[in-house]
Order: sequence, then structure tokens, then C-alpha cells
Amino acid sequence: MSVRTRVWDPGVNPLRDPRDRRLPRVAGPCSLVLFGVTGDLARKKLMPAVYDLANRGLLPPGFALVGFARRDWADQDFAEIVHDSVREHARTEFREDVWNELCQGIRFVAGDFADDAAFDQLGQVVRDLDRVRGTRGNHAFYLSIPPKFFAPVVQQLKRSGLSASDDGAWRRVVIEKPFGHDLASARELNSTLAEVFPHGSVFRIDHYLGKETVQNLLALRFANTMFEPIWNAHFVDHVQITMAEDIGIGGRAGYYDGIGAARDVIQNHLLQLLALAAMEEPLTFDARDVRVEKEKVLAALTLPEDLDLHTARGQYAAGWQGGELVKGFLEEDGIAAGSSTETFAAIRLGVDTRRWAGVPFYLRTGKRLGRRVTELAVVFKRAPHLPFSVTDTEELGQNALVLRVQPDEGVTLRFGSKVPGTQMEVRDVNMDFAYGDSFTESSPEAYERLILDVLLGDPPLFPRHEEVELAWTVLDPVLEHWAAGGRPEQYESGTWGPAGAEAMMARDGRAWRRP
Amino acid sequence: MSVRLDDTTAGAVALAIDQERFRQGSSAVGRVLTLVIVAEESSQSDAVVAAATAAREHPSRILVAIPRPGRGPARLDAVVAVGGSEGLGELVELRMRGPLSHHVASVVLPLLVPDAPVVVWWPGTPPAVPSEDPVGRLAQRRITDAAASARPLKELAARQEGYAAGDTDLSWTRLTPWRSLIAASLDLPHDPITGVSIGVQRANPSGPLLASWLHRCLGVPVALRATRGPGVTSVALHTEHGDISVSRPDGRVARLSRPGMPDREAALPRRSPEGLIAEEMRRLDPDEIYGECLAGLTEVEPVPPARAAGGSGSRRRSTRKGSS
Repeated sequence: MSVRTRVWDPGVNPLRDPRDRRLPRVAGPCSLVLFGVTGDLARKKLMPAVYDLANRGLLPPGFALVGFARRDWADQDFAEIVHDSVREHARTEFREDVWNELCQGIRFVAGDFADDAAFDQLGQVVRDLDRVRGTRGNHAFYLSIPPKFFAPVVQQLKRSGLSASDDGAWRRVVIEKPFGHDLASARELNSTLAEVFPHGSVFRIDHYLGKETVQNLLALRFANTMFEPIWNAHFVDHVQITMAEDIGIGGRAGYYDGIGAARDVIQNHLLQLLALAAMEEPLTFDARDVRVEKEKVLAALTLPEDLDLHTARGQYAAGWQGGELVKGFLEEDGIAAGSSTETFAAIRLGVDTRRWAGVPFYLRTGKRLGRRVTELAVVFKRAPHLPFSVTDTEELGQNALVLRVQPDEGVTLRFGSKVPGTQMEVRDVNMDFAYGDSFTESSPEAYERLILDVLLGDPPLFPRHEEVELAWTVLDPVLEHWAAGGRPEQYESGTWGPAGAEAMMARDGRAWRRP
Repeated sequence: MSVRLDDTTAGAVALAIDQERFRQGSSAVGRVLTLVIVAEESSQSDAVVAAATAAREHPSRILVAIPRPGRGPARLDAVVAVGGSEGLGELVELRMRGPLSHHVASVVLPLLVPDAPVVVWWPGTPPAVPSEDPVGRLAQRRITDAAASARPLKELAARQEGYAAGDTDLSWTRLTPWRSLIAASLDLPHDPITGVSIGVQRANPSGPLLASWLHRCLGVPVALRATRGPGVTSVALHTEHGDISVSRPDGRVARLSRPGMPDREAALPRRSPEGLIAEEMRRLDPDEIYGECLAGLTEVEPVPPARAAGGSGSRRRSTRKGSS
């Protein structure tokens, strides 16, 4: 076989061949600077995900992890913290060699977000890393901190020169939800970030988008022939998207009070899921093409005219949940007795496109519900004519395609089948696909995928500020309406939400699925 | 829970698998593929352990075909194990005696999972042309391991001779972490590469494949140097201003150097059989790059003949098994 004549093109790696599927994408030299290292998220998800990536050989040699917090720690103290969190929470096995290598790149900077000197020192640490570890000026700043600190930290990064990079190097900033608490504050946050980082360098993490099952929604719809033809108003009766938690607010009273379920979950996770389920086929799976389609859906969303009739909100009351007596929301520590923050929210949305005209999308989320489950259910219309007698099909419901996002990831297809016996009797049955059965026992955590994507600079799974603002545009009128009067209904912990949620479906002649 | 079937037929084995499944209440489990392991009695148990571990990642039906030629009547003995300690999959040991030992495919065929791809793995000596073997013909993907042979380089030459799309060899799979590190090092701006030298344990079949790959992609001379191992020990890409190199003398941690950058370390452990098999099962389409590297072997400067396969040296090494 003849060898190709080679012209040295600095932009092309001659060892990378798209057909060579064995070679993983490995991030280039870089560091991750983590703010908020003492938080739960950092300890349980982020630091273990960094180790798992290292263990899978996806981090560059010389990778560095820098912690920043108001703690009197030396590098090795922080390394100890990372070590413990890795030992306890990492998905992959612990390997001494991998850890030793990772450990050599661990640094810690002690300081306050208002402390100029600390950020100057951080600048020094980062420059040292470029020299000692060869990170080449590539640094990602992960702000795992309450949103009120975004602005001061970003300003500090600018002041200390950390946000600026030389030619060929990059600086990126990663933020977690909430992205504001309404349209105005989201815009303010975006402009704060935009002052310092260009749009393409801001990565908003919505960890749901890193989940395999959510990405599988795209494969299910666009890689197969049998679903897309019926994925429209001709066949679909309605869509239900549920994210239910069995836990209460726990120790997050400070964050949760005043935010509530709609801002916490519907604005980001559920509207993103809706967008992926309802969007048209993108030209390619490039970030830009997918975003264009998602934005079209978000811009086409409509709210019902009478919000009282087609939305519902609630607060969990004390009750028995799964065999345990739990407190009501208003009795939780740190929650004012008169709080009107909702812990359950349900809304009906329409999508004003030809594909979805007249098909309602029902979104609901809540805490202290029956069980922890996230799913997207496409419920189909009944057959227009049934050549059976009424009694034959008494037990036949509507066909449904359910995408189980978590737990027990997979897809369920629900359809009618004849009950064995001499009589014609049709009853609903399930056809199941479970990830755990067909694929890997433990697929990568969403955070592994997302952190790697940040380091690779690959943005398809990160919502852009346009999407965030469109989502607030949809939600703001509901939040204003709720704020204007009334109080959330109480619902007993361990049930599927307030009576109002059932009533809202009953008005449309439908019912919530019991997920 | 396992079921023993002595002097049985493939039909009875298939029924036993279904009954075990049903008894465990999981008749609709999605097995994504059938893995057929054709092995001698002496080498099958390591392979089965590796495959069963890999099956946790890729739920499969594992058929272990153990031909036991010899005099006496044709006879099939089987042991069926479903779920339980074997992970989610199914494990069937099939021992074929007498004349039946020459007709393995006739037993395997009725036991393949419907519609799902078939992978066949010869942990020991494979047939001369895997794709023309009756069992090999049933498979989309045929896994061999030149390093397991007594004369690995000769074996590799045989793989080249009899190559067909869908063939793969574990001496290639062992290179993935190396190739990944080297490829990543060229993601960064660098001077033109003028030549490559590779240090590799004598008679290790991964060395020539790695050389062929680099030669093919970079279009520069590649020199192979025999070392004490283990496996591949170093790769140096020469540039005008120094080498971009990865060296791993101890089989555990690699040192990376390049001009103008501090040296760095990366864990680069030698790989376990289960990791190799899991990687093979991840992609079931033909590995064209492997095919091209195999075809390009002849263009690579050979390891000096005195140090290559043959003689006492290779026999000693064969007991260590190759691993990169």
C-alpha cells in the first residue's frame, strides 16, 4: 500500500482518522479551576467525574485541578479532600497510578471572592501550571457556587487577568443553574458574563442533557424510521414530561425558598426535554444546527389563556412517604411559615407549529412525590375505529411511548394485546428496552461527559443564553400570575401532587400517568 | 445456577437456555450479541472469565466451544448457566467429542441469538484463514491473538495473509492506549515529524502493527528496536528540535516529553484480557485501520532477524504472553 504524500498542515493531526473509532477524543493540555470545592456537588459529582475521566485516559497528561475556597488548606489538604471524594463516589475502580498522576496536578488557593490578593495568587498558580505541568494557558473555571457570586467571581477573573488568554489558548467558564430567576435577571447574568467571556466560552451546565437517555431521544427519533412518521399531531394525543423527586428540600432551604419548583426544574430541564422531543430534524448534530431547532420550538411555545385552569402548584404537607413520616414544606428548617414557594408545579403548553398544532405538552415536577422518576411519555390517540365490541376493549388504554430518563433508564412501548383465552379481550402490555440489559452496566455519569465536553470545547449539550432567555419568556407570565394571588395547594407527602394537578388534566379529559 | 446436559443436542441446549431464562422471570432480556469462544480445554477457563467480565458491559450469550477430538463416538455435553454470577448474560459450555469435534459450527449455529451480531474469539491457535472457517463464517467479527502463539510474528504474518474485513487481533487492541496518547500528542502544534523509532519487546506482535500505523499515517521511516519489554516500551517521533516521545519502561506509568514542554507522566497500564474483549465488543463493524496496518506490515523495517521470532528466545517469551 502506498503511503500518502504528506504536506504538513498544522491544523490536521495525521494520526486521527474518522474511521479509527477506537481512539477516544482526549482533551488537550489544560486545567480545571473549581470554585465551591466544599459543596455537595463538587464532592459527590465533579471531583469523582474528573478522576473517572483520568482513569478512562480522557484527560491530557499534565492535567491540573485547582481548588479555590475560603479554607486554610495547603495543596495536600485539598488533595486529601479530592482523594476521599474519589474513593467514596467515583464510578470506576481506584488505581494508584492514575491517582498519583492526577495528584501531582492538584493545587489549592485559599481566599474569599472579594479578596484581590487571592485571585492574584490564583493567577500565579495558573501561570506556574503552564510552566510546570504544560497546561499551555488553557484553563476552565467551574463556578460551582451560588449564583449571587457569579458576578463578583467573574469580575475578579477579569480584574486579575485570568479571563484573558494568549493566542491559541482558551479560557472557559462553566456555570450551573439557576441561570437567573426571571427573564430580566437572566439577561443581567448574561451581560455580566458577556462582558468578560465571549459567548462561545460560556458553558451552562444542564446535567440532564449529559444523560445517555436524553441523548438517546435524538437517536430514537432521527436514527430510526418507525417513530418519526407518527411523531406529530396526526397520531400524538398529548405529551407528558415528569420529573419527580421523593426527597424534600433537605438542607437547601436558603436556595429553594423563593425559587420553587418551576424555576428550579421546569425552566431548564423540562423545557430542554420538551425542545428535544418536539424539535424538527436538525441539519446535523453540530451545536449550531441543534440549537437552531431547539430555539424554534422554544419560541413557538404558547401558554393557555386561563392560567388558573391549566396550571397547578402545590406545597408538600407532612405525611407518610414510603414508610417514613416526613415534615411538610412549611415546617422545614429555614422556611418561613407563610412561604408561598411551590414545591410542585404543573403547566400545560402548546407548540405553535404545524407538526404539533393542538397537541398539549404537560410538564410537571415536584418534591416529596410518590417516587423518584424522570420520564417523557408520548401518548398516542386512540384508534379512530375499533372493530371490537366495547366490552372487548374496556381495558385498552392509549398507546404510549415512554422514555425513562432515570432511574431504570430505557424505553417502554405500551400497546394493546389480546388476553389469551377464547374471548376477544384486549389489554395493555409493555414492551421494554432497558439500558442495563442491552448496554454497559454503568454508563458514564452525565458530569463526565459534560466536563470532558467543556475541556474539548464541544458545546452541543450546553444551552446557550438565547435558549435560557426564551425559556424565561415562557415561564415568566406563569410565575407572575402565581405571585399575584393565591397560595400553593397543600399535598400530602408521598402522593402524586395536589388535587389541582388532577383537575387540570381532567378538564382536558385526560389524566396523568402514574410513572 | 447451571444445568448439565450430557450426551445431548443443540436443540435441547436451546430449550434449556429458554427454560432457565423463564424460570428467572427475565425472558425478554436484550442480549446484544453472541460471543463464540473456540478454545482448547486447557486455555478456555481464562478466556471464559474475561468474556464473562466483558459481558457485564455487553450482555451477551457466550458459547464456549471446546472440541475434544479423539476416538469414540460423536457426543455433545453441555453446561448451561444463565444470569447469576455470570452477570446478565448466558454462558454455555459445549464439549464436542469424537467426529463431532470437527463440526463445531453445526452445534453453534442453532444457538445463536436471533438477529444479533456474532463475534468469534480464538484465545489460542486460530484457523489459518479465520473468515473461511465454518464458525468464522457465522461471525461479523473474528478475534485472534497473535501474542498467544508460540511464534507471534509468524502468526501475525499469517493474519496478514488470510485477512478479511471483520478480522481483528488482540495485539492491535492492546495498542489503543498507546495510539491514543501518541495521537493526542500530535493534537498540539508541532514541528514536522522526520522519523519514528519504537522500542518493543522482542517478538511482540504489537510492535510491527504500531510501526505500520505510524508509517502509514506519517509517511516517514519507522525503526523498530528490540528491548526487554514489557510490551511496547517507547515511541519517539523525531523532529528538528527534538523528540516527541512516550516511554514506559515499567509497564505501568508512561513519561511524555516534547521539546519546549515539561515532562509529564500518564498512567499507561498493560491491559487485562477482559478490557481487551470489552473493547472488541464495543464496535462490531470491520476495523479498516487494522486491515490497512496489517497490509502495510511489509513496508516497515523488520526487527533485526537475529532478535525476531524463532529460536529459544521467542519460546521463552511466549509464556509471558504479549501485552502492550
